[in-house]
Order: sequence, then C-alpha cells, then structure tokens
Amino acid sequence: MPARVGKYTIELQANPAVLGFASVVGKKESEGPCGQYYDQCHKDTTLGESSWEKAESRLQNEAIHLALHKANLNNTDVDCIFAGDLLNQCISSTFGLRSLDIPFLGQYGACSTMAQTLGIASLFVEAGAASRAAAVTSSHFCSAERQYRYPLEYGGQRTPTAQWTATAAGAVILGKREEYPTAKVGLQAVTFGRITDYGVKDPNNMGAAMAPAAAQTLLDYFSDTGTAPKDYDLILTGDLGMVGGNLLEELMKKEGKDISAVHNDCGLMIYDLEKQDVHAGGSGCGCSAAILCSVILQRMTAGSLHKVLFLGTGALLSPTSSQQGESIPSVAHLIYLKA
Amino acid sequence: MTVSKKEYKTMAEKASPGTTYGKNMLMAFLFGGTICTLGQVFQNWYLSLGLGKDGAAAFESMTLVALSAILTALRVYDNLAKYGGAGTLVPITGFANSIVSPAMEFKSEGYVIGIGSKMFMIAGPVLVYGTAASVIYGLILWFFHLY
Repeated sequence: MPARVGKYTIELQANPAVLGFASVVGKKESEGPCGQYYDQCHKDTTLGESSWEKAESRLQNEAIHLALHKANLNNTDVDCIFAGDLLNQCISSTFGLRSLDIPFLGQYGACSTMAQTLGIASLFVEAGAASRAAAVTSSHFCSAERQYRYPLEYGGQRTPTAQWTATAAGAVILGKREEYPTAKVGLQAVTFGRITDYGVKDPNNMGAAMAPAAAQTLLDYFSDTGTAPKDYDLILTGDLGMVGGNLLEELMKKEGKDISAVHNDCGLMIYDLEKQDVHAGGSGCGCSAAILCSVILQRMTAGSLHKVLFLGTGALLSPTSSQQGESIPSVAHLIYLKA
Repeated sequence: MTVSKKEYKTMAEKASPGTTYGKNMLMAFLFGGTICTLGQVFQNWYLSLGLGKDGAAAFESMTLVALSAILTALRVYDNLAKYGGAGTLVPITGFANSIVSPAMEFKSEGYVIGIGSKMFMIAGPVLVYGTAASVIYGLILWFFHLY
C-alpha cells in the first residue's frame, strides 16, 4: 500500500514495475543529440495527417501501441490509462486513445503531465486498483504554436529565453511487482508538487517561471525522505531549459542543497541548443516524456543508471491569463525511479 | 523556500539573456532598407512605363504585397523575418504576411470559421487603431481649417 512519508511524499512500498515504455518523435527531435534512442522518428511533421491536431493524436497512439508491444501486452491487459497533452480539452489524448478501449482518465498538468500521469498510474497499481496501468503524454510544435502563439508562417522573432515545444510523445506501462519480479525498473516514491508562483509574467520565459516550483518539490522530497542530492545518480527536470535550469541550481544552492553535479534537464537534452536554434531549449509534455521513455529508461534497464529523480515541470498559464497580465503559476511533480 | 519573490525577480532577470538591440537594429535597418529600396525600384520602373505618380505608387505597394504573400505561401517569409525582425515586420510586406499566415494556418477549420474569421487576427488591431487614428487626425485637421 502507498505510505505517506513526511508531509508531501508518498512511498510506493510495493515498488510498481515498468513493463514497457516507448517514445515517438518528429524530425527536429530525431536530429537532436538523443536521436538514436527513440523508438520511432517521423521525418514528416504532419505524420501524413490533414491537421496538426490529428498528427499529435497519432503520436500518442503510436507511443502507447509501441509500449504495449514492447511489454508484450494487448490493450485489453491494461486496466486504466492516464493521459494528457497541451491542447484545449486535451484532444490529442482523447482522439489519440479513443480506439484503445481502455478505461481513460484525462489529465492536465501542462508540461508536468508525464510525471503527473506516471505518478497517478503508479498509485493505482500500488493500491491494487489496477493490475496494469499506462501513462502517456504528447506535444506537437505546430499544434502548440497555433494555440498559444502565432501562425507558423508569421514573421515574428523569438526571444532568447523562449523554448521550443517538442513534437514528441512518450508512454509507460506499469504493472504489479509481484507479477513481474524480474522487471528492471521500479517506482519508489512520488511527490506531487504545490502550485508555486514567484511572479514571473513573461510567457516567453517559462523556465524562469517554473524553476521555483521545481525547487519547492525537490526540497519537500529531500526534507520528507531525509535524503540529499548526492544519494541520486540523476535529478532530471522536465523542461526548465537553459534559463530555468540555471535558476533551479542557484535556488537549490541557496537552500544548501547543491544539485549541480547530478542535475540535467530534458529541455537541454532533446535539442542541440546552438545548432538547432531553439534558444533556451525544448519544452512541452512530449519533451520530458520522450527523454524519459528513451535514453533514461533504456540506460536504467541496461544497468548504467540506477537512482533517478524525474521531476516534471509545468507552467499553468493560458493565453487568456497571459493577455490579462497574470503571472505564471507553476507546478512540479517528482517520481523516484530505481533500477 | 527562503528566497523572496523580490529576490527571485532579480535572480530571474540576471539569468535571462536579453535581446541584442545593436544587432537587431542593424539587421532591421538592412532588411527594411532593402525592402524599401526594392519598392523604389518598382516605382521607378512603373513610372518609366508611363504610369502617373499615384498609379506607380499604388502598383508598387501591390507588387510588394503580392511578393510577400507569395513568399509567405512558399514558407520563406518567416525565415527572412527571423533575421530581419522589425525590418520585415514594419513595411507593407509584414502586413501582408500577417494576413496570409493565419489564412494558411487556420485552413483546417474551414473557409468561414477558419480562414474567414482568423485572417485578421494579427492585422485586425492595426486596421482598427489605424482607422481610429486617421479619424482623430482628420478631426484635428478639420478643426484647424475652421480658422
């Protein structure tokens, strides 16, 4: 059964197992530094579909099918699926997964959705509410641009702090440890974050807006568990990018918990910042999902990475709130994965 | 956390790289200047073909708008604007791009609620305030002509 440790952390004593995982990405992501690790790379960003929304739905659909295939499971073997994305009413998830015939619970945590869905899926498995549960998220550069910013062909300039929404999806299938005792990777603990708002208003600087949320959740976790950054091989934040990543390290130093030796960020790993002209790095639900479900879980399965704190970070703004001059509330959810 | 909102604001400002104004202004000057020079070349050409001053100016604007629309449709204009900045935004070509790009983008929602309603999502405010400003300017001019 899940057990609360300290005020915010939930320990997963039964240690739910990762049965399968998969990542599907677009062209730009496949040309990035982690290109060789993804399960499927699409050279055509439309994925042959007639709209960007359909393309993103297909990313999710392919990710979940690949993850099921790798776990040697059918869709009917999964008791519950948790999914989310960035689009209004989470249509990439609902349209992408409608053919699966699996009980569905849509989630919205902005770019923290991979950690949020994975956390809830792990709790369902841990509590015995599901024998197998799935978590899947996606984002698509083109569908996000048209909803949050400008048309693709509009001649605007991006600011140096702006991040590039990844065209990517990732899916993880979890199962009960007793049924899969040999599974390499398991989930040990979950800390759901509190909404944090340090007054950053620039929607083109979401890394800076989200860094305090990440720091808050990390500090809660360290305080609840009595552990320190040196106890982990990797602290992987979702999409803080260059600006937010540096700010998080600075904030943690001020709190006496230096994470700089073990910290990396999915937004920095997914692209080559200079060569691919993505300014401060990658972002989007699919960014952290694709990095987790490729290089990270592959390395953990292969035994070259053992203790990982995965910290999904989300900026909980909307175009309306930004236009009304509101600051950006943020959240960060932490998952402790161990191999 | 021990860091206050005020302290964090200073930290965030320090950590966030700013816009390189010098380079941006130079690029805007070069791109904007090139577009305007091109416009002048067209105008001179139309004049030499025998069009009057007003006609040549109107044809010149139409040529630049058409060129911008074609470059937008060919997915070239936004790549020029990445370097040109205000140099490609301010001239009439930027205005054309701001109408053609949403028309292309929202084609997937159909001709009425897609292209029709979204076409002026960026240019709309320019038209509204441009018209309002010219009304005010006209009133001022009318007022001074009374005396």
